[in-house]
Amino acid sequence: MPRCFCSILLALLVLIGGSLRVFALTAEDLKPLAEDDFDAKSQALNQIIAAGDATALRVLEAMEQENVVATSDDRVLIQEGEVLKDPITGAPVAIKASEVQPITMNNLLRARVASGLSGLRLQDPDHSVRQKAINALFQEPDPAVKPLIEAARSKETDLVLKARLDQLWALTALQDPDPAKRLQAVQLIGERKDPQMRSLLLPLVEKQKDGTYGETDEKVRAAATDALKVMAFEQWKIEMIGTLFAGLSLGSILLLAALGLAITYGLIGVINMAHGEFLMFGAYATYVVQELFRSRWPGAFDWYPLAAVPASFLAAALAGFILERGILRFLYGRPLETLLSTFGISLVLIQAVRMFFGAQNVEVSNPSWMSGGVALMPNLILPFNRIAIMVFALTVVGIASLVLNRTRLGLYIRATTQNRRMAACSGIRTWQVDSYAFAFGAGIAGLGGCALSQIGNVGPDLGQNYIIDSFMVVVLGGVGQLAGTIIGAMGLGIISKVIEPFWGAVLAKIAVLVFIILFIQKRPRGLFALKGRSVEV
Amino acid sequence: MSTATVEPSQSLILPARQPMLSPVSWRILIVGVIAVLALVPICSMLVPVESPFHLSAYALTLVGKIMCYAIGALALDLVWGYCGILSLGHSLFFALGGYMMGMYLMRSIGLDGVYHSPLPDFMVFLDWKALPWYWHGTDHFAYAALLVILVPGLLAWVFGFFAFRSRVKGVYLSIITQAMTFAAMLLFFRNETGFGGNNGFTDFKRILGFPIAAVGTRAGLFMITFATLVGGFLACRYIVTSKLGRVVMAIRDTESRLMFLGYSPLGYKLFVWTFSAILCGIAGALYVPQVGIINPSEMSPINSIEMAIWVAVGGRGTLIGPILGAFIVNEAKSFLTASLSDYWLFFLGAMFIVVPLWLPKGVVGLFQRLRNKP
Repeated sequence: MPRCFCSILLALLVLIGGSLRVFALTAEDLKPLAEDDFDAKSQALNQIIAAGDATALRVLEAMEQENVVATSDDRVLIQEGEVLKDPITGAPVAIKASEVQPITMNNLLRARVASGLSGLRLQDPDHSVRQKAINALFQEPDPAVKPLIEAARSKETDLVLKARLDQLWALTALQDPDPAKRLQAVQLIGERKDPQMRSLLLPLVEKQKDGTYGETDEKVRAAATDALKVMAFEQWKIEMIGTLFAGLSLGSILLLAALGLAITYGLIGVINMAHGEFLMFGAYATYVVQELFRSRWPGAFDWYPLAAVPASFLAAALAGFILERGILRFLYGRPLETLLSTFGISLVLIQAVRMFFGAQNVEVSNPSWMSGGVALMPNLILPFNRIAIMVFALTVVGIASLVLNRTRLGLYIRATTQNRRMAACSGIRTWQVDSYAFAFGAGIAGLGGCALSQIGNVGPDLGQNYIIDSFMVVVLGGVGQLAGTIIGAMGLGIISKVIEPFWGAVLAKIAVLVFIILFIQKRPRGLFALKGRSVEV
Repeated sequence: MSTATVEPSQSLILPARQPMLSPVSWRILIVGVIAVLALVPICSMLVPVESPFHLSAYALTLVGKIMCYAIGALALDLVWGYCGILSLGHSLFFALGGYMMGMYLMRSIGLDGVYHSPLPDFMVFLDWKALPWYWHGTDHFAYAALLVILVPGLLAWVFGFFAFRSRVKGVYLSIITQAMTFAAMLLFFRNETGFGGNNGFTDFKRILGFPIAAVGTRAGLFMITFATLVGGFLACRYIVTSKLGRVVMAIRDTESRLMFLGYSPLGYKLFVWTFSAILCGIAGALYVPQVGIINPSEMSPINSIEMAIWVAVGGRGTLIGPILGAFIVNEAKSFLTASLSDYWLFFLGAMFIVVPLWLPKGVVGLFQRLRNKP
C-alpha cells in the first residue's frame, strides 16, 4: 500500500514538473529588468512568473530582498553580500560589487513580485507556507499567477486548502474568455459566501452606461445574481450575529452593574447613586492587584484575575458596608434625601480616587489568554475577553441566585424586601440584614468593575456612565426579582445595539429613554412586579 | 415630614389660610425692592470708580448670576418642597431657557462675527448654508422670549403628563428626570443638533441694541433679574398659599389619601411642575446674557444636583430658604474653587451628607429653631 501511494505521488510530481517546465528562462528574458522602462519590466516579470521554475524563484526572491543588480551593459545579476551570482546558473561571476547598480523598482512591481512569489510557493511542500501564500494571493490576486494557481489546484491534497485554491482560481478566472469557465468561477465565488467578494460580482450584473451588462453571457449573469443574493443573506446573518453578540455583551455588563442595585433598591427603597462608584472601586482593585502581580510575581501575571475577582468583591463590599453603617442608616424613611446623600458620597469618592490615583485613566491589561478571539466567520470575530465576561456574568448571577434562594441571609433579605415590619416581627434583625445586603450588592458591583476593567478604560468617572443605564435596567425589570434584572439587562443591551447602527449611540440612548418612559405607562412597576399587598407601600 | 397635625376637635374646620406675606414682611420687601432699584443704577453709573460704594460690572454680573441661580432654586423648591417631586432635571429647563435666549443673542451679533456672515459662526464653521428651521424668527426678541417660556414649559408638560399619569414618583421620578437631562446633554453635545455642539453659544455682542458688556446694560440686566426674583418669589408664595397650593401640599404628604378623597393629582402636579420649569427657563434666559456663554455642560447631572443642594442648604419648603441657599453655596463655591480647587467636590459632597443628617430644614430651619428656643 505505501509503495503504491509513493509511486502515485512520484507520478504526480513528474507530471506537474513536466507541465510546469514549459520553457526555461534565459539571460535575454531577464534583460528588461535592468532597463528603465517599467512596462518592459512588468512584461519580463510576466515571463518569469510564467516560467515558474527554480530560476524564477531565485530571481523573485532576490527582487523581494532588493538584491537584484545590473551591470552597465544590462546584465542582470543577483547580489549575495559581496558576491555576485548569475541568476540562471547560480554560479558566482567575476564582477565586483562596486561595478553594478541595483535595478530600480516601483510599488506596483514590488506587489507583483510578492504575488508572483506567493504563486510559486503555492506548491511548497510545507503546508503552512502554502496556506500563507494562498492568503497573500487573496489579498492581491494577480492575473499573471493564474497558471500557477491552476497548477497548484490540480496538485493540492489538503481539502481545506484545495477549496481555497478553487476560489482563488475563480477570482482570476472571472475575466476568462471562456463563458463556461466564468460560470464555474462565479459559482465557486458564490460558494464561498464571503460578503467581501461582492464587489467582484457586482460589476457583472450591473447595467453600464451604454445599457449593456458587465457580463455578456446570460447564464453567468444569472449565476452571479444568485450568488449575490446568497452573499447578501450571509452579510445580514453576520450582522445579526454581531449585533446580538454586542448586545449580549453590553447586557452582561449592565447585568453585573444593575444586579446589586436591584437588591439594594428593593431593600431600602432608594436608588444608590454611589453604586457606580462601587464599579469603579472594583476596577481600581483589579488595577492594584494587577500592579502587584506585575511587580512581585511577573511569572504568574496571566492568573492575576483569579486574585482580582475576590479583591474587587471585598473592596466594594467593604465600602458598601461602611457607607450603610456610617451614613445611610440614619436617613431611612427619607428617600429623596438619601438619594441626594448618595450622590454627594459619589462625588466625594470620585474626587478621592482622582486625587489618589490621578485623573488620568489607569491601564489594566488583559491576561494573554483573554486576548484574541474566535473567528466565527471570515469577518466576524468574537473577542475572548467579551466571551469571558459573559461567562463571568452568568456565574455571578448563578451565585447571587444561590445566595438569595438557598442561604439564610438570602431568606432574610427576601423577607425584609417583601415586608420589613413583618420580618422584624418574626425575629429577623432587619438592620443587620440591611448592612449585609448592601455590602453584598456593592460587592457584586465590584465584580462588575473587575469585568469592566478588562474591556474598557479605568478612570475615576467609570461609574458615572453606568448608573443611569443600570437604573433603567431596574425600572425595566422590576425590583427584587433576579429574572427581571436579567431580562431587563439583556433586553436593554440588545435594544441599544440594534438601534445604534441606524441612529448612532447618542440617539440610541435617547430612544431607549423614550421607550422606557412609554414602557412605564403600561407597567409602572417593571416587567416582573411584585403582586399583592406589598405593591404600594 | 412636616405634616400639619390637625386637632381632633377642629377636624371638620380647615385651618385658616396663611396670608400671602405678613404685614411686616410686605414692608421689608417693598423697602428692599425700592432700595435695590434706586441704589444699583446710582452706585454703578453715577458713583465714581474710586469710591468704595461703586458697583463694578464684575460685581453686578457676579451677583446677577447668583440671583439667576436663586430663581432656579426657587423653582425647584416649589416642586420639591411643596409637591415632593425632587427634580434632577431643572438644569435642563435652565439651560433650555438659556439656549433660547442664546439663539436671539447669536442672531443679534449680525455681521460682526469672526466670519462676517449672517449665519452664526459655528454654522459657517460647519459649512452650513442656511439656518435650520427652528432658528427662523429668533432674531426677533419677542419671539425668542416666547420660546424661553414655551420650550421648557412644553417639554415639562409632555414629560410630566406621561410621568405623573403613570404615577411615577419619588426616587423613580428623580432618576428619570436625571436620565432625561443626561440624554438632552448628549443631544446638545452633537454638532448636528444645531446648537453649537460642545462650544455652545458665546461671543455675544449686544442685546436689544445695547452693547452687552457695558455697565449700563449690566445694571439693567441686574435689575430685571432682581425684579424677576422678587416676582417669582411672590408668584410662588401666591401659589403655595392658594387653595391649589394646599392640594399640592396634600399630594406631597399622602397622595393616595388625597386620591381616595376624590382628587385627581395629575392636574395639580402638572401645573406646579410646568410653572416651575418655566420659571427655571426664565432664570436661564437671564443668566446667559450676564455670563456670556451657554454650552451643554450647563445640563450636566451635577448642575441639577447642585441646584438641589442650594434648596436643601437653605431649607426645603420655605421659598426664602432656597434663595439664601443659592447665595451661601455659591459664595462658598467661588471661595473654595479659587483657593482650594481640589477640595470643592469634597465640600459639596460633605454638604450632601451633613445637611440631611443634621440640618434637615436647612438654614431657615436653624433660625426657626433658635427663635423658638427661648
